[in-house]
Amino acid sequence: MGGTIAVERILGEGGALIREPLLRIERRFVVYEAMLRQRRFDTIMMRAQRQGRIGFHLGSEGEEAAILGVAEALADTDFLVPCYRESAALFHRGFPIESFVDQSVGNARDVNRGRQMPVHFSSADHRCLSVSAPIGTQIPHAVGVGYAAKMRDERIAVAVFFGDGATSSQGFHEGLTLAAALEVPVVFFCRNNRYAISLPVEEQCRAETLVDKAVGYGIPAYRVDGDDVLAVHFRACKALAEARSARRPIFIELLTYRRGAHSSSDDPTRYRSEVPPRDPIQIFRDHLYTLEAFDEEAIGRRIDAFDRDLRAMLRRAEAAPKPSIESIVEGVYAKPTRTQLRQLEAIQAAREL
Amino acid sequence: MVEALRGALAEEMERDANVIVIGEDIGRLGGVFRVTDGLLERFGRDRVIDAPLAEGGIVGTAIGMAMHGLRPVVEIQFADFIYPAFDQLVNEAAKMRYRSGAQFAVPMVVRAPAGGGIKGGHYHSQSPEAYFAHTPGLKVYYPASPNDARAMLLEAIRDPDPVIFFEPKRVYRAVREPREDYEVRERARILRPGEDISCISYGASIYECLEAAEAAARRGIEVEIIDLRSLIPLDEETLDRSVRHTGRALIVHEAPLTGGYGGELVAGIVERNFAWLRARPMRVAGIDAPFPYALELEALPSARRILLAIEALMRESEEALPQTVFGDARDSRQGGLAAARTEDREPKNDSGVKKGDEDSVEGAMEIK
Ligand SMILES: Cc1ncc(C[n+]2csc(CCOP(=O)(O)OP(=O)(O)O)c2C)c(N)n1
Repeated sequence: MGGTIAVERILGEGGALIREPLLRIERRFVVYEAMLRQRRFDTIMMRAQRQGRIGFHLGSEGEEAAILGVAEALADTDFLVPCYRESAALFHRGFPIESFVDQSVGNARDVNRGRQMPVHFSSADHRCLSVSAPIGTQIPHAVGVGYAAKMRDERIAVAVFFGDGATSSQGFHEGLTLAAALEVPVVFFCRNNRYAISLPVEEQCRAETLVDKAVGYGIPAYRVDGDDVLAVHFRACKALAEARSARRPIFIELLTYRRGAHSSSDDPTRYRSEVPPRDPIQIFRDHLYTLEAFDEEAIGRRIDAFDRDLRAMLRRAEAAPKPSIESIVEGVYAKPTRTQLRQLEAIQAAREL
Repeated sequence: MVEALRGALAEEMERDANVIVIGEDIGRLGGVFRVTDGLLERFGRDRVIDAPLAEGGIVGTAIGMAMHGLRPVVEIQFADFIYPAFDQLVNEAAKMRYRSGAQFAVPMVVRAPAGGGIKGGHYHSQSPEAYFAHTPGLKVYYPASPNDARAMLLEAIRDPDPVIFFEPKRVYRAVREPREDYEVRERARILRPGEDISCISYGASIYECLEAAEAAARRGIEVEIIDLRSLIPLDEETLDRSVRHTGRALIVHEAPLTGGYGGELVAGIVERNFAWLRARPMRVAGIDAPFPYALELEALPSARRILLAIEALMRESEEALPQTVFGDARDSRQGGLAAARTEDREPKNDSGVKKGDEDSVEGAMEIK
């Protein structure tokens, strides 16, 4: 079934264009810089984790094209429903990286006051829902947000991300079932990076392709080379526009590769040894070299400046105070219960011992 | 503890070809905590199943396997991810024997690393045992030491009923001991004898209890530490004997206080032993909040909080008890309701084991 759906590409050999992209030339440089910045960001944060400065990190090495191609296609009013690997999409919407760093350190400046593990971001200001570790749970949430938008007569789309592993989860199957039945303006972006921690996608799913699952639920589906940022952007623009106007769900499989470890807790040498495919950053750069206005040096200088900025952010985050003890019970309910306050007192008493 | 669990799995798989393990990343990777490391090479793909990401499906499939002759051992990667399988556990596994007139049973083990203290935040730290303890038909085991883990896993696999087997991941690598083989048989264990307070706990919190007991001993308070090991079924006999002896009960667990298993323990202790109590029972538990990240050590029951409770319990029973109920609380061994029952208190030797009763407790009381 899905095998007959051609994989969409725009970037060809040597950076030539197979077809006309929707991404304007100036924006190509912006997106390229965001890809590089994200790579640098993940590198530094992984190192900070190794040094024990932050407890955990989960990066997007190799998936920058898939994530930023979609982020670039989103309108500010569209909702972003992340899995966990999409911090680049949130940064692309203007979310300050320093907030992410504060959250990773878990200090008092973090909007969530150190309550969540690193990489569990959220930002209502940027219409980005809250990352949850349990796989697939966000998928029905996206359906609900889409339904609410339809009820409120908003012409917006909801973009929800998840991995190939998540296509086995309850959230996926129930979410797609509801999406089709309720006809919601949701675009499902499946980052097929070939692995769910150690499990290769072929063992996750015996259908020919992951889009077969969407087709089975009656949702139109596309397959896109997720390492081709122009192709991702092109299909995301079309799908999001259609979701906004026709108010129906669309499924897009982004074929990519998780180049790094699953997270800072993982050691991929235990379960794979293949040579990774070509890096999406290099693939895009081949194309940018064909453009006269491409100023690689200037971008390089800005990335180096970002590198210094990020290190300073880490130092500031570490110097910031720890969250107050009250933060443990604040926010569980709109107003802490009497039982919680009594428990808090016991904790405080023990600290003063 | 990781080695002990791995050894138990391998031994049982060797002994019984019907034992299979299934879970996420348990084959090639050997499990995220390496508990199943090497099993794939040794027992092959048919018996060591790297499953798709679908806990409800995994547990439901294991139930089917168990109903047709296999002995599945499921690994849930973190106890926090057991909820997609909640329906299968609570509505299916738990009720199968009962609803089929014992025509079908589910001899299945669901292993789940639980508890906090590893910087895991909301979703890699939870202690969900109370949800399962509340469900008739499920057994709930929670070993705290490597040898207990080994013995209890072997017994769980051979058990005719479904067992939810929580593993305190904070002590996976931290606690080692020379291998010793013995039976647990769903009995609690007195880890440290004491005259003054019965401190009842399970899982990783046991170690904070032991630390607090040491500190209390320096202040002249002798705390008896009881490791439940099996929450369901509950070894009421060992609990009651200890509580009747000390007259004071302190319950410690990591899970949030409200609706936690400690509430059930307190209720049972009071119901069965009211007349022997010299103070109200107390609980030291996790706070009623999702498990926090930055302040996780503050949220966990610490040795300090346990020590404070120990002191409060002593103080209250010595000074502040209402005389109308307990007589002269300052000397309750001689007066009041509690004293009226002193003759019922069982004689005991130094280890807390009633003389001549060793056989019936089957090693449950051995002291380490
Ligand atoms: C319900 C649930 N089960 C297990 C896990 C542990 N876990 C975290 S990520 C992951 C793999 C996810 O793979 P995929 O959906 O392909 O996303 P990717 O990490 O490759 O981006 C697993 C098994 C979890 N977070 N939630």
